[in-house]
Amino acid sequence: MDIIAKNITHTYNEGSPFSSAALKGVDLTIREGEFFGIIGHTGSGKSTFVQHLNALIRVYTAEKKYNPKKDKNTEKPVLQIGEFDLTDKKCDFNALRAKVGMVFQYPEYQLFAETVFEDVVFGLRNFAKEKPTKEAEEAAVQQAIEIVGLDYADVKDKSPFDLSGGQKRRVAIAGVIVTHPEILVLDEPAAGLDPIGKREIMELLHKLHRDWCRTIIVVSHDMDEISENCSRVAVFSEGKVFKCCTPQELFRHSEELEALGLDIPLTAKVQRALAERGVEIETDFTRDDFIAKVSALFRKKTDKGDDGSCGKM
Amino acid sequence: MRKDVAFGQYYPVDSFVHRTDPRTKLLFLIAYIVALFCCKTGWGMALCALGLLTVILLAKLPLKLVVRSVRGVVFLLVFTGILNLFFYRGEGEALISWKFIHIYKEGIFYTIYLMSRLFLLVMSSAVLTLTTTPIALTDGLESLLTPLKYIRFPVHELALIMSIALRFIPTLMDETERIINAQKARGADFESGNVFKRIKAIIPILIPLLISAFRRAEELGDAMDARCYSGSSIRTKYKKLRFTYRDVCAFFFMAILMTGVFLFNSYGAALSALCVQGWNALLGLFGAV
Ligand SMILES: Nc1ncnc2c1ncn2[C@@H]1O[C@H](COP(=O)(O)OP(=O)(O)OP(=O)(O)O)[C@@H](O)[C@H]1O
Ligand SMILES: [Mg+2]
Repeated sequence: MDIIAKNITHTYNEGSPFSSAALKGVDLTIREGEFFGIIGHTGSGKSTFVQHLNALIRVYTAEKKYNPKKDKNTEKPVLQIGEFDLTDKKCDFNALRAKVGMVFQYPEYQLFAETVFEDVVFGLRNFAKEKPTKEAEEAAVQQAIEIVGLDYADVKDKSPFDLSGGQKRRVAIAGVIVTHPEILVLDEPAAGLDPIGKREIMELLHKLHRDWCRTIIVVSHDMDEISENCSRVAVFSEGKVFKCCTPQELFRHSEELEALGLDIPLTAKVQRALAERGVEIETDFTRDDFIAKVSALFRKKTDKGDDGSCGKM
Repeated sequence: MRKDVAFGQYYPVDSFVHRTDPRTKLLFLIAYIVALFCCKTGWGMALCALGLLTVILLAKLPLKLVVRSVRGVVFLLVFTGILNLFFYRGEGEALISWKFIHIYKEGIFYTIYLMSRLFLLVMSSAVLTLTTTPIALTDGLESLLTPLKYIRFPVHELALIMSIALRFIPTLMDETERIINAQKARGADFESGNVFKRIKAIIPILIPLLISAFRRAEELGDAMDARCYSGSSIRTKYKKLRFTYRDVCAFFFMAILMTGVFLFNSYGAALSALCVQGWNALLGLFGAV
């Protein structure tokens, strides 16, 4: 399922003194099968945008209508996900939500059931057309819990509140993916975890991308994560898409990102520092590729035998 | 979601009323309510309404916002009104009698009275919270209750509890919205089904909300402990409350309003009679022409 968004605008608390325009015309196309990254500084509208993707924020509501006379210079918004037209009020939002899974920031705060099993099965039961058999339920839950890297037999009867923070987050993710969504959206899935926890979550996302969900969309503040994992990135700024391209292209022009107040990955920093010293490295900014390129360069120099120039490099 | 809580939300503009001392505003509200309940004539009620309108205009509040504050209790008000209308026993003939329902002329008057009284009451309280930040409000309340300290009443603690509760309302509302969204994304359905089904559907919201409320409470307690917070008497205030000319103005305004209400109570009937007489005289005059 492709996602096509055009001209999405959203204002919180419209018409009150607290109103704040979060999205000011977002155009974005995400193809099926992508591992898509969304970055941008705090308050740039990333979370607001991704909440549109499973209709938690509607394009049209009773108060918010498209008025071709009034909004003359803005075009009609479009939000199409596969066969679902989200601008249509009659769209089956529940069916959509079964297809588009959404993991919120700090998803562990949404756990509520007495046991891990009950919590994970919640979504499955909600979306089921007819009540699934006990065996089918158990099989699905077991699969989901195992793919997020937990021991099914060990945790299924435990209270979710007795688990560690990282485990809770995995249970929460399992509770979303248990319905086999085609698109999985994650809002800062690694926030608040230690470096190892972060890496594990990213590995989990790769695993999910390989054999569970066709498309993954991840909102992140961690540029290293983005450069390592994503096939394409959108940069949000002030409620608009500032740029949408591959990470290689994005980090090649890292000054632009810094002008927006965003960080750049470590590899890009080192590459720039080297460039200032006259050593150009052509890399795609992933860690492995960067190390390979640098060590190749290093080897070339030492092979030539003039070990004195290494220091200047 | 947030739109529903117009009642009690601070409306941030700069105005005469906003800058008035919260203690004055609290006393003003109490006096106003007393005036509302003492008032026995339509004249007095009209005066009270006029007074409130003046305050609203002075406070630069949109009238719509103040009226909207009644929305939450409108059902209650109408219900009370209807009960009154049906069961008020007046003297003389009932206008309408049907089974156990009798509507009297006095009943109609009384109901109109009661309704306007209650509407003005709710709106005036709304004006207070719309023009006063929760912090200022609790400060004012604490200051007003200071005399109770002499009988060992924990005024400061009470004010602290109030301000914390007020402070956390928006936070918890945000939290609720987030949890609702998260459960909706997992296919939870809060809108359909019978009452029992809906009550059951609330559990996935309520439990995470309670847990996060307890977590927040604990964190706040720890943070206060870490800074050695204590409500002892040596605490000073960053913003001291001070009476200014505004408060004097407010005081006179209230005094005039009260006097008016009591004068109307005593001489309202005479005034009405005078009006009727005048009206008749006027009609007669026109008739003569
Ligand atoms: N529930 C809400 N009510 C009112 N305003 C909101 C709400 N949620 C977000 N906003 C406002 O909308 C804007 C965009 O917020 P959003 O949460 O989309 O940003 P974000 O890019 O996800 O930021 P972050 O990186 O901090 O998560 C912000 O200015 C914020 O103040
Ligand atoms: Mg966000």
